[in-house]
Amino acid sequence: MAAGAPMGAGTTSDIYKGDAARLMMPTWLIIGIFLLAPVIMMGVYSFLTKEFRGGVVWEFSFAAYDQFFFDRGLFGDDPPTLEWTYIGIFWRSIWQAGLATIMCLLIGFPTAWFIATRDPKSRSIWLFLITIPYWVNLLIRTVSMKFLIRDTGPLNEFLLAAGVIDTPLGLINTDFAVQLGLFYSYLPFMVLPIYAAVERYDFALSEAASDLYAGTWTILRLVIFPVVKPGIIAGCILVFVPSLGAFLAPDLLGGAKTFMIGSLIEEQFKGSAGNWPFGAAAAMILLTLVLVILLIYARAQNKVEDR
Amino acid sequence: MASPEIAVSIDQVVKRYGGFTALHGVSIDIREREFFTLLGPSGCGKTTLLRAIAGFEDVNEGRLLLKGVDITNLPPHKRPVNTVFQQYALFPHMTVFENVMFGLLRKNWIQSEAQRRVQDVLEMVQLSDFASRKPAQLSGGQQQRVALARALAPRPQVLLLDEPLSALDLKLRQAVRSELKALQRETGIAFIFVTHDQEEALTMSDRVCVMSNGRVQQIGSPKDVYEAPVNRFVADFVGETNLLEVTVNKIKDGLASVALPGGNAFECPAAAVVDPGVGHLSVRPERIKVTADGQGDLDAVVTGHTYLGTDIQLLVRLADDEVMSVRLQNSQTTEIPEQGAAVGLVLEAGAARLLAD
Amino acid sequence: MAAKIDLRRFPGFLGITLICLVVLYAPLIIVAVYSFNDSTSITNWGGATLNWYVDVFTGPESPKFQQAALNSLIIAVCAAGAATCIATAAAVAMTRAGRFRGKTLSFALINLPLMVPEVVTAVASLVFFSAIGFTNGLFTILIAHTVFCIPFAYLPISARMQSISDVYEQAAMDLYATPREAFTKVLLPLMMPGILSGSLLAFIISLDDFLITNFVKGAGVETLPTAIFGAVKQGIKPNIMAISTLMLGVSIVFVTLSWLVGRVGQNKQK
Repeated sequence: MAAGAPMGAGTTSDIYKGDAARLMMPTWLIIGIFLLAPVIMMGVYSFLTKEFRGGVVWEFSFAAYDQFFFDRGLFGDDPPTLEWTYIGIFWRSIWQAGLATIMCLLIGFPTAWFIATRDPKSRSIWLFLITIPYWVNLLIRTVSMKFLIRDTGPLNEFLLAAGVIDTPLGLINTDFAVQLGLFYSYLPFMVLPIYAAVERYDFALSEAASDLYAGTWTILRLVIFPVVKPGIIAGCILVFVPSLGAFLAPDLLGGAKTFMIGSLIEEQFKGSAGNWPFGAAAAMILLTLVLVILLIYARAQNKVEDR
Repeated sequence: MASPEIAVSIDQVVKRYGGFTALHGVSIDIREREFFTLLGPSGCGKTTLLRAIAGFEDVNEGRLLLKGVDITNLPPHKRPVNTVFQQYALFPHMTVFENVMFGLLRKNWIQSEAQRRVQDVLEMVQLSDFASRKPAQLSGGQQQRVALARALAPRPQVLLLDEPLSALDLKLRQAVRSELKALQRETGIAFIFVTHDQEEALTMSDRVCVMSNGRVQQIGSPKDVYEAPVNRFVADFVGETNLLEVTVNKIKDGLASVALPGGNAFECPAAAVVDPGVGHLSVRPERIKVTADGQGDLDAVVTGHTYLGTDIQLLVRLADDEVMSVRLQNSQTTEIPEQGAAVGLVLEAGAARLLAD
Repeated sequence: MAAKIDLRRFPGFLGITLICLVVLYAPLIIVAVYSFNDSTSITNWGGATLNWYVDVFTGPESPKFQQAALNSLIIAVCAAGAATCIATAAAVAMTRAGRFRGKTLSFALINLPLMVPEVVTAVASLVFFSAIGFTNGLFTILIAHTVFCIPFAYLPISARMQSISDVYEQAAMDLYATPREAFTKVLLPLMMPGILSGSLLAFIISLDDFLITNFVKGAGVETLPTAIFGAVKQGIKPNIMAISTLMLGVSIVFVTLSWLVGRVGQNKQK
């Protein structure tokens, strides 16, 4: 074994045993004060009363959540009925994020599979090609997509000139444009975990299976799928969760009809039309949703590891 | 107070990991200028003891003295001992020269003197031409020698070696043994060598300490440990042996009269602490001679052979169904009895030894 | 027996991969190409020109963008630097301090910025800074960026540290190095590839951020993404495409750099 090879890696080492608190202190302070405390404070804000020019009045109130879920008529004294506007926006966000995730899976899975089955040298080049766009500024990527697909953009100009279409496709400001933008934003998040799972798969296993009279379909279902499944699930979560709260793609590529959670929240904090407690409440609901998804995922992971 | 001839004195050292006790009050005195080996199976506590001497493990009880000075509570960098690690742990980002220089700079040697010292030790291990290489560019054997040079350069009071040969292949390992022994004589300091390989221990050491389950089983010269093991563990672990259950009739002046279950009775040397009753007899397979049926101390039937190159191993069954192994030298004159043949076994003088437990 | 399908070579997967690459690269390449377009009507090709690049550096809007770029750079350098230091200390604690109280919690805290959706972090930061009366501006952006850069810096550093056996530090201490020297002379140099790629990652992540910056920045303070976003709201002008192309170039240089660093690190491991 070479001198530089990792040895005893995985053994718990305790050279800095007494220093843990000192070393962790900056992390605890920075993330504790500037993320954990703000999130808690945001939770508090969601139970306060709104001030009309933005900000809050320190008076306890359920008004924000009430406004989110119930309609009490113009003067607020009608019997409450379920308010669908905001629930609808959440539902559309889930729907859009879900479709974007499916698009990523349909394109990302074959891509990941293809890359993982190349020889190691070309593998790293393919992987590099897939990841580069991720490192390009998200805003610039989204603007580029907007430029490409808008009615007077190169795509339509090209298709019109080629005589394929008579009128512009009208892609921009549609649900599909938002899905495309989300797909474009988060595709590498789908490819990478699936790639990692497939790369770990030992193809000798499928040879062994076919030696034991398994057909291609059986091999896929019983041998390969269980190995690749964790990668697929991880990829779906990594795409779905940020898509859910995305702001740029819906804002730049979607129109007024394709309002998503991110834009709803953003609107509450911009200008005088804002409603901080309501924005905080919507953010709390989004956070809860995401944490529930992550918790279910973590539970499932632990179960797999326990086995 | 330890006598000045003692390099390292290990005094009632206890080490616990949670509920597990790795060392049960171990006491050993290691002399100046000796090649001392800690021998035992993995998990016996030998590496823990070595790491305690180096300072990587705190001990729960007991003391460690280096030339009479208590070092029990000193951190590793304040102990004038150096270690050759099992996988060498050469710093991969430094050249061979920088690796060997490292300890000298930490001890604030004068630059020019330090450089001369590095050149000297590299010459000693015949690596002068490799000074500017990185460890990854060296073979396993060369890396091992860099590790030695690095540990010897600061002139430690004692050198600790943690299974340094285990990463080498067999041929190289055998060559390095004699080099290591020569190096120990040249430097004139005590080497404490940890190994699980009894052959390594027997060929290199001045004294061997056999350990098991965190306890010292026996300390002695290789010959002592091999020929006069004090208990079943030592007899079994060091070399190959036949262990037979016997009835001890009486013991007088270190000689025991014993009887095998089959009825044969004879006298043999006893390890000091055996009481009459049931005991165990250790008989080295190479100290048994085969003669015609009825003419030996024991009667047996040959049940199989194994060809081992220099030796032939014979498996024989005694009257009471005990199986023994006998080694015959593979020379042209050796007669190998057929399988199923009835033979007599002669135990050479002192071949059998009665053991405590 | 049915025709044998080689699972490694599904037909069509190459095609999908190529589609994938086209989708990923087409918008970027087209914007880059059109940034050289000498025509005021953006989508018609009017010959190649560098006018828009000249405009970026000398045009009427150039001071605004230059200030924004400078702000972005300052924040990215400072946030990446701070996050890397914090993450390095955390990685040492998580891999070299054995078990300690609150270890699981610490791990969760490090990864918290990855779990909380960006827009939620943005709202929470805004609420927090306004509640404590912190004047919004460069400093609030810097703090917010440092927070979400920590996990990105932490990932490569801790991955690297897990592959470094502590036997090197033991060897150093055995050779009379004090704990501090064992850290600076041995552990730190061995960690360096991880620290470098961690800080590069943090730097890019900081440069990339729009949403959180947009919430916590005060009036008048802009970073490049917020300035571009503001300009895009008025329509995609050619100078925006020139800036985008420049940023694209910077990103590609950085990714390639961090890729090479990673490869050098891997080779050293061998």
